[in-house]
Amino acid sequence: MGLGEFLFLLTGLKWTVALSAIGFVCGAIGGLAIALMRTSGMRPLERLAAGYIALFQGTPLLMQLFVVYYGLALVGLRLSAWVAVSIGFTLHASAYLGEIWRGSIEAVPRGQSEAASALNLKYVSRMKDVVLPQAIRISLPATIGFLVQLIKGTSLASIVGFTELARAGNIVSNQIFQPLLVFGIVGILYFLMCWPLSLYGSHLERRFAVASR
Amino acid sequence: MTRHVPIRDTATADPMIVMADVEKWYGGFKALSAINLSVRRGERIVLCGPSGSGKSTLIRCINRLEVYQKGEIRVGGTRLDDDGHSIDAVRREVGMVFQHFNLFPHMTVLQNCMLAPMRALKLSRREAEETAQRLLDRVRILEQADKYPAQLSGGQQQRVAIARALCMRPSVMLFDEPTSALDPEMVKEVLDTMIGLAEEGMTMICVTHEMGFARQVADRVIFMADGSIVEEAPPDTFFTQPRHERTRKFLGEILRPH
Repeated sequence: MGLGEFLFLLTGLKWTVALSAIGFVCGAIGGLAIALMRTSGMRPLERLAAGYIALFQGTPLLMQLFVVYYGLALVGLRLSAWVAVSIGFTLHASAYLGEIWRGSIEAVPRGQSEAASALNLKYVSRMKDVVLPQAIRISLPATIGFLVQLIKGTSLASIVGFTELARAGNIVSNQIFQPLLVFGIVGILYFLMCWPLSLYGSHLERRFAVASR
Repeated sequence: MTRHVPIRDTATADPMIVMADVEKWYGGFKALSAINLSVRRGERIVLCGPSGSGKSTLIRCINRLEVYQKGEIRVGGTRLDDDGHSIDAVRREVGMVFQHFNLFPHMTVLQNCMLAPMRALKLSRREAEETAQRLLDRVRILEQADKYPAQLSGGQQQRVAIARALCMRPSVMLFDEPTSALDPEMVKEVLDTMIGLAEEGMTMICVTHEMGFARQVADRVIFMADGSIVEEAPPDTFFTQPRHERTRKFLGEILRPH
């Protein structure tokens, strides 16, 4: 494998990172909205959020990407592969992060929001100043775990013709007929992204376990 | 505890809190039935009774931590209902101290005391800090202002919680078993702080089993059982001549020398 092929893999890597980042950042915004709806105490909102979570956790990511890419094209909305997979990953991440954060919000002791209410703090301040800072801390290990899943999941974007790391590997492998070498390198690149995150996640988990003792 | 806080002449003052025929249900369980209670400005009430008798539920209805299904509650002239403005008006008057302190663990003691005045009273950071320091000094814990709650003892945390509530300048303080979660040697420091508040004329409703505190501070002791008020009387009468069998039984259990 020559330098040209390796640089091509790195271009794929770049798109993998970009897609993960977009999916995670936009998914975090969506996920926060879902989590707040899910814990709002308002029945219709809670049902809506629960339904959304059930739908996206109950179907394969691959199918979700298909539906966004081909489905939207069917109704006349022709999106580039890049935009389509970004939307697909955002929707997917919103559901999972929403569910993780709902759990974390509910894990903050009730007395915290009661004390905040008794101090006449309104919903926004109760959430922003009291509940969410504690919930985020609780959720960090699970959130990082999901980010690792998301990075690896971006390989599915290749199915709609988006050239991220896995598809770049496929292309190179078809050119130089050394699949083991090429996919070995691709695997190492994924590992180098995900492993430090996993380490960081378990580090945080240990730290909070000590702190809450 | 030897000093007795003098009973103020409250007969002419207007009622601070009025509960009229208040009823509360948890599903099919009646938690409060026909509660009628009027608390005058400056009055000190001690609520006691066996666990599950509705004492905590009663005071939690006053600042809308619990909703009630029937009757009416008025606090400082405001009728408490579902309307956000009425809840806001009532919570502005009423401070609360919880059994488990409920300090915000991710904030320092000082920040705990500054948050609500800045957000709800719109005080500037400087004003909020001055108020917080003054009240932390009053509960004699100012030197711990930059620590986090987890670094303090239970008694210290509860004193911070009292200061935090006072920073909102309430005219009524509700205490929900403030010493029940404390180690015995820390009970006194919290009770002394509460006695200090009583001496300054704060209107107080305390759910507590500290009968020494009730004798010394309360204008009225109220005994509850099964969601109803069974008996209420000034402490002297309450402890020496309880009228109801249930009250006698309860006092017998709680005052029995250990």
